[in-house]
Amino acid sequence: MLRITGGTVYDPANGIDGEVKDLYIADGRFSSKFETGRTIDATGLVIMPGGVDVHTHVAGGSINFARAMTPEDHRRTQAFIRSKTRRSGLGGMAPTTFATGYLYAGMGWTTVNEAAVPVLSARHTHEELRDIPIVDKSSLVLMANNEIILDLLEEGEDERAKHILAWHIWAAKSYGVKAVNPGGVASWKYGNDAKHLTSKIDGYDHVTPGTIITKFAKMIDELGIPHPLHLHCNNLGAPGNVETTLETMRHLEGSRAHFAHLQYHAYGGDDWGNMRSEAAQLADYFNAHPNMTTDAGAVLFGDTVTITADGPWQHLLYKLTGRKWGNLDVENETGCGIVPYTYRPSNLVNAVQWAVGLELLLLINDPWRVFLSTDHPNGACFWRYPEIIQLLMCSDYRNECMANLPPNIKNKISLPEIDREYTLYEIATITSAGPSRALGLPQKGDLGIGKDADLVIYHQDHDIARMFGHPRYVFKGGEIVIEEGDIRETPDGREYLVQPSYDPEIDKFLRPLFEDRYCMSFENYPVEMERIERSQIQDCVTLGGEGE
Amino acid sequence: MNAITLRLRQEPVVALEAEVITPDRFAEMSHEEICSSIVYHGKRQLRLDEFFDVDGERSDQLILHGDLHRVRHLGRAMTRGSLTAHGDVGMHLGAHMKAGQIEVFGNASDWVGAEMSGGKIHVHGHAGQQVGAAYRGSLAGMKGGLIIIDGSAGIEVGMRMRRGTIVIGGPAKDFVGLQMKGGTIVLRDGAEIRAGAWMQRGTIISLKPLDMMPTFARSGLQNPTFISVYSSLLKPHGCELPNDAAAGGYLRYAGDRAVPGKGEILVWQEHSANEAY
Repeated sequence: MLRITGGTVYDPANGIDGEVKDLYIADGRFSSKFETGRTIDATGLVIMPGGVDVHTHVAGGSINFARAMTPEDHRRTQAFIRSKTRRSGLGGMAPTTFATGYLYAGMGWTTVNEAAVPVLSARHTHEELRDIPIVDKSSLVLMANNEIILDLLEEGEDERAKHILAWHIWAAKSYGVKAVNPGGVASWKYGNDAKHLTSKIDGYDHVTPGTIITKFAKMIDELGIPHPLHLHCNNLGAPGNVETTLETMRHLEGSRAHFAHLQYHAYGGDDWGNMRSEAAQLADYFNAHPNMTTDAGAVLFGDTVTITADGPWQHLLYKLTGRKWGNLDVENETGCGIVPYTYRPSNLVNAVQWAVGLELLLLINDPWRVFLSTDHPNGACFWRYPEIIQLLMCSDYRNECMANLPPNIKNKISLPEIDREYTLYEIATITSAGPSRALGLPQKGDLGIGKDADLVIYHQDHDIARMFGHPRYVFKGGEIVIEEGDIRETPDGREYLVQPSYDPEIDKFLRPLFEDRYCMSFENYPVEMERIERSQIQDCVTLGGEGE
Repeated sequence: MNAITLRLRQEPVVALEAEVITPDRFAEMSHEEICSSIVYHGKRQLRLDEFFDVDGERSDQLILHGDLHRVRHLGRAMTRGSLTAHGDVGMHLGAHMKAGQIEVFGNASDWVGAEMSGGKIHVHGHAGQQVGAAYRGSLAGMKGGLIIIDGSAGIEVGMRMRRGTIVIGGPAKDFVGLQMKGGTIVLRDGAEIRAGAWMQRGTIISLKPLDMMPTFARSGLQNPTFISVYSSLLKPHGCELPNDAAAGGYLRYAGDRAVPGKGEILVWQEHSANEAY
């Protein structure tokens, strides 16, 4: 048992805003009473629930490809040297598995959601997730360009498509569904893209990105998956794409939806030269529609590597930058592109992107619906979150940073007019309580009795980036994992799964399709339960009287 | 200030990582401090005097003797002084060097002057691969300074170099100036295939005919003025470029158009050799 006394507690899930409160921990959970054990005096320190990352890329084929494409990190970034408590590894733009766990825990994050897993590489992804220590994990399966499902939607067989979707979620041992550029990645295999919701998808006559999005959101709600459709909209990164994003939001009225890395989908203008922020317009619509959540996908200046299932966009980015380009075609399921990238404050487009990420976080007024993310490693690496927190909490610092932007950025962004500053309570909401709720993980991001004892204790510090970058203690499942900047313990985290119900007869439908089209035999395709260590199956939910 | 002399007493069995051997470090060190500097023999940390007899202290003039072909990272990131080696040297000689001079009376291995940004390296013997190149994953190789190799060089001379000059006295192997972004490479004795592949900018000057890639466009016989300027600047280093219009001219090739790039390859041609021009 453990007791933490005298700390100033920020626990948005229970409406606790900076109260001095004692916390008791027994058997990995918060408890109402304390008998014997260690007492930690947290007087004068700040206590928050452990961070939850709703959208990150930390395991699987694409990030591994990115690691291989950035050998320079071996020379220039922090190396973890093996010690009694930890394995060796490498930080940098695409950290290795063990280092990923150390770096996340090192800044107080205790749960991460790997946001893009093709079923074909799900086994690999789970093997890597197992090697990410300390944090709890979940993963989302990429489905919106899966040709088996698109064929069924084309034929109007929506009910069967739903069972197939549920089958795939369980086959990948995932926690939810990610849709990336619906229809666009399928078209990419013909060298094209699908930029609008009415665009033609190569190989299909009836189904459009719009139908894919609405039907997926409906199927996921009907299946009662705890986390809603996790959507990477069409037309990412392009000037003027706010129209596509708003159209997508209108398509999803009445459904739950999580919009991933909204920053990349909030641009006006029609060319790189006149690209501007439309964050205000998007935030207005978003504020009025409580069915949606989003994560910022904020950008910070510096080197990173962009990885996404959005193959056509990555080809464009490669053409724009002339840097390296990696491209993967994942059979019937999806694609993947990787391009190392440097965001520069002197580059007008990058400067607009930097501003848009912050504008969205500041203009969306409900911190329960907008979450901190950089779409790691696309906008910046996750270990730079403390810098974003500083930008959100200090308008003076924001203005200082804005002084470095090119002068012709005036009238392209609205950040200079925003003077909102986040409070610690709101930071705890966007980093932990909010994303836990959106993920459907009620045991996370909450310091209430019976919840998982994942918490972080910070020094009060006027230097916000230092405060959030160097926690005094981090607890995971009631165990002290970080103390005074040192890794004390490296327990293995859990993996969250869902098991939606589906018609067992669906195997008979799928088997011949597999034998016809896949490189892998049907039996070898689903990930076996034995592959997942410390799995925990979350219950499906019932929404508004429908569902299962 | 007397020079510091290091004589190799015990030849390393495997690579000896000796990035401590730079004028910058030794300039402020006492004899004992130099002797106790850490070098890595494979994975073992050892004192420098396990391998070298050290003479002198507190100097930025270093003189090395012995077969140093397994001694790596000599003069790494040096910013002052000089390093002279009598004998062959190992990989990464003068990598990341910013200023000062390195002279080798012998052969050098791979990555001579990799990603250097200033100073001069003169190797009187042959050099290995990737002279003045970018390390794997880096966007730019050599960013300034001068490298002179009297002998031959291996593949990828000046790979991704951005600025500076490389002179190769003997023949170079494949992929001279691979992905070159700027700077100048002088090939006094030609090169093997695929010179200038993916080059974006910069100049390769060859005094011997080259086997050109099809993605380079021939654009006339010229005698550019800058050749005489370069020639006078290189003359003190023992390299002259022919620039007598009466004797011949430079065949200019533009490319690499596969990128597409704005680089140029100039190949010296005596008039008698090609009556077509």
